[in-house]
Amino acid sequence: MNTVKSNVKIAKDVYLMKIEGHFEGRMGQFYMLRAWSDYPVLSRPISIYDIGVQEISFLYHVVGEGTERFKQLEAGDPIQLEGPYGNGFPVVQGKVALVGGGIGIAPLYFAAKQLQQPDIYLGFSRESYLVDEFRPFAGEVVCDVGGIIVNQIDYTRYDAVITCGPHVMMKALTERARGSGAKVYVSLEKRMACGIGACLVCSVICQGGNRKACVDGPVFAAEEVRFDAEHGV
Amino acid sequence: MQNMACKVAGVHFKNPIVMASGTFGFGKEYAKLYDINRLGGISGKGLTLAPKAGNPGVRVWETPSGMLNSVGLENPGIEYFLKEETPYWETLDTARIVNLGGGCIEDYRIGAELITAHEKRLREGGRCSIDIIELNISCPNVKEGGIAYGVQTETARAVVREVRQATSLPLVVKLSPNAENIVEMAYMCEVEGADGISLINTISGMKIDTRLRKSVFHNLYAGLSGPAIKPIALRMVHQVAQHVKIPIMGMGGITTANDVIEFIMAGASVIQIGTYNFMNPRAGEQMADGILKWMEQEKIVSMDEIRGIL
Ligand SMILES: Cc1cc2nc3c(=O)[nH]c(=O)nc-3n(C[C@H](O)[C@H](O)[C@H](O)COP(=O)(O)OP(=O)(O)OC[C@H]3O[C@@H](n4cnc5c(N)ncnc54)[C@H](O)[C@@H]3O)c2cc1C
Ligand SMILES: Cc1cc2nc3c(=O)[nH]c(=O)nc-3n(C[C@H](O)[C@H](O)[C@H](O)COP(=O)(O)O)c2cc1C
Ligand code: FES
Repeated sequence: MNTVKSNVKIAKDVYLMKIEGHFEGRMGQFYMLRAWSDYPVLSRPISIYDIGVQEISFLYHVVGEGTERFKQLEAGDPIQLEGPYGNGFPVVQGKVALVGGGIGIAPLYFAAKQLQQPDIYLGFSRESYLVDEFRPFAGEVVCDVGGIIVNQIDYTRYDAVITCGPHVMMKALTERARGSGAKVYVSLEKRMACGIGACLVCSVICQGGNRKACVDGPVFAAEEVRFDAEHGV
Repeated sequence: MQNMACKVAGVHFKNPIVMASGTFGFGKEYAKLYDINRLGGISGKGLTLAPKAGNPGVRVWETPSGMLNSVGLENPGIEYFLKEETPYWETLDTARIVNLGGGCIEDYRIGAELITAHEKRLREGGRCSIDIIELNISCPNVKEGGIAYGVQTETARAVVREVRQATSLPLVVKLSPNAENIVEMAYMCEVEGADGISLINTISGMKIDTRLRKSVFHNLYAGLSGPAIKPIALRMVHQVAQHVKIPIMGMGGITTANDVIEFIMAGASVIQIGTYNFMNPRAGEQMADGILKWMEQEKIVSMDEIRGIL
């Protein structure tokens, strides 16, 4: 059991929660969070936003019962964490672009801090948040509210593009980047139960057959994923 | 000195905690979290003759106190399992249960034959990787020409009979709560030579997206599990225990040591934990500790003192 350090509102329905303790984790990995006993039944997968000295933070969007409960947590409240889970982002060479859509920016902050000054593209539908936080670790920062961020990228400038956001956005990005020479990595969101590869509720339809989002992913090389067959979440 | 051990189908279980099929992979994943040899047993992911990709679309939905799953028996197939996973199972010191599913009777028979032949070869060399076959005639998530073996006793009889003839390994039949008559079904299994009964599998359920005006699941219905189904599971274990002599592995919604005791009082020999593994991935070792503590508190030396006392 761990303890909440702080839990603050960042934007409408978006919160940043810090939890005390020593935590491991690579960029793109996630934890299964639980701040209740029996109900809801399942824990919730949330990406690592950042890891500091004796703390880990998570950026989350309040969408339903579980995240609603996270929102109500205050400093000192108990919370259970299991992880780190998942493969995380690859350590890529060359010029990298990080592309986030909405709450999909969550795992990119930790990545921005570790990669060599990547260019960062952040797309929001209504309201932007945390954009300035990314600046110290970025080459260029492009922010778009209400438009289509994947149309604003010259993919030929990059060796690798790492993206996390809505399924349709990642699918569109993958199509736009085709033939540009940039290798695309997508962080997929799937409903999860175990988070460790035992239950197969998180299967992702890939070229060579099904893979598990929780252990083989959540990060996949875009060329592996059969977006045509995949249904998102 | 408290002793949690028990025998099912002639197989030794060091304690009554068994991990349920489909929620524990083949054990390796949880072995990273704790020593799974502390468990009484594990039941592997349901296997079919040919590999299966499972159902498309959403595969899980939460309900009050439960979850609906529509995995659709995704699995790598029996041959892959025998080749790639049994070497690990050989190293385990816990009862190892193969969960066998199927589409048609022929598949069940060939599957059982392959497993039996594999195990026979191993045992000739003094080795062992599988202790029990758990025959799953009850998966609600696979549509195979509409055949639901686990519903009608007479249809199920043909499968049980065929598999019984195909294997010399201990055979436990896993029943569906959707069966027309659970007691009749269990009794049929006993008559056909089953060594035990597992129950219950998930209960057929549904979730509708009112905005899209359709079921959230590609297959319309999905299997309900978790605390929500415990009272039903407990009642069924009790009913079946009144009518069969072979041992019962009881399951459905177990989340506490007290739940385990309830199932044993209702007549189960061992219990299985499914959904609770998702609520607490360290469920296995904590539950085994919990049972021992309870026995000490109640000054109970063996589970036989409370088994089927109702
Ligand atoms: C690897 C991974 C990392 C994630 N990282 C973040 C993050 O950093 N910040 C963030 O805000 N969200 C993240 N999500 C999405 C987050 O898990 C869901 O928004 C959350 O589970 C919704 O729970 P709820 O109870 O509020 O919603 P409800 O709609 O009440 O949830 C019901 C069920 O659906 C599941 N579910 C619903 N939406 C999603 C979804 N989009 N993805 C996965 N499961 C879902 C829940 O886990 C639960 O089982 C991540 C998802 C995955 C798979
Ligand atoms: C995700 C999931 C997958 C399952 N897969 C199988 C399976 O392959 N074979 C089987 O016999 N039962 C399967 N089951 C049923 C469980 O083994 C168990 O019978 C049921 O979930 C009830 O127990 P619980 O309430 O403790 O989960 C599955 C259950 C879940 C939740
Ligand atoms: S969430 Fe269970 S296998 Fe991925």
